[in-house]
Amino acid sequence: MVHWSAEEKQLIASVWSKVNVEECGAEALARLLIVYPWTQRFFDNFGNLSSPTAIIGNPKVRAHGKKVLTSFGEAVKNLENLKATYAKLSELHCEKLHVDPENFRLLGNILIIVLATHFNKDFTPACQATWQKLVGVVAHALAYKYH
Amino acid sequence: MVLSANDKTNVKGVFSKISSHAEEYGAETLERMFTTYPQTKTYFPHFDLHHGSAQVKAHGKKVAAALIEAANHIDDIAGALSKLSDLHAQKLRVDPVNFKLLGQCFLVVMAIHHPSALTPEVHASLDKFLCAVGNVLTSKYR
Repeated sequence: MVHWSAEEKQLIASVWSKVNVEECGAEALARLLIVYPWTQRFFDNFGNLSSPTAIIGNPKVRAHGKKVLTSFGEAVKNLENLKATYAKLSELHCEKLHVDPENFRLLGNILIIVLATHFNKDFTPACQATWQKLVGVVAHALAYKYH
Repeated sequence: MVLSANDKTNVKGVFSKISSHAEEYGAETLERMFTTYPQTKTYFPHFDLHHGSAQVKAHGKKVAAALIEAANHIDDIAGALSKLSDLHAQKLRVDPVNFKLLGQCFLVVMAIHHPSALTPEVHASLDKFLCAVGNVLTSKYR
């Protein structure tokens, strides 16, 4: 089980309270698809992903980004119990969606960059470290049920 | 993975924007890397790694200078960094995974100080560039 210090919990909560889940989620997913174009392989039915402009404006990308980041909110609420929180999603990503867990790490890193653009200097090294730890354990929890 | 003409333009654009802060950003990149990925400190047992360390500042300056050199010779990064590549292969032998960690922290520093410059397209180009630099530095490992 992952241990979270009081400081880490505070850094997570304070950042999350200021996150616009819809905007950040949309931006994170769009950047994932732009920066790592091979990740588009999972989204054949999303329509036009032919350019960064198309991706950023794509309503399915926005909606799915919001969905993904909303789910991330569950992690923030259940820091002590991430494996259980993501057990069903993990099975889904393995058995139905067939997503290589490496993609969770890529998205996690992208989310960090998006947070950094929004929080600027408030995204201190300690804040970054805590959030990199969080995205890492979420990625691990999402990969946990893979078989 | 090849840097397109657009990528090269984007990277050169970023580096011309940050040239006056390069040393500061180099040091901040390292500090973030040491804080976020403590295992990277194992390569610097001889350094004072506290916040504000003069050694980290000096090393940050070196790292930034190398990135600038690569950006200035973006058509031949391997040539520009050949000596550094030898150094990393023969002496430093930093595990290849760590270049990705450094790259991530450099992108975070860019995001913090120049959020509007780090559009998704520029982000993609910079990420590719940092990968290319990492590849060059580890190219002679075996």
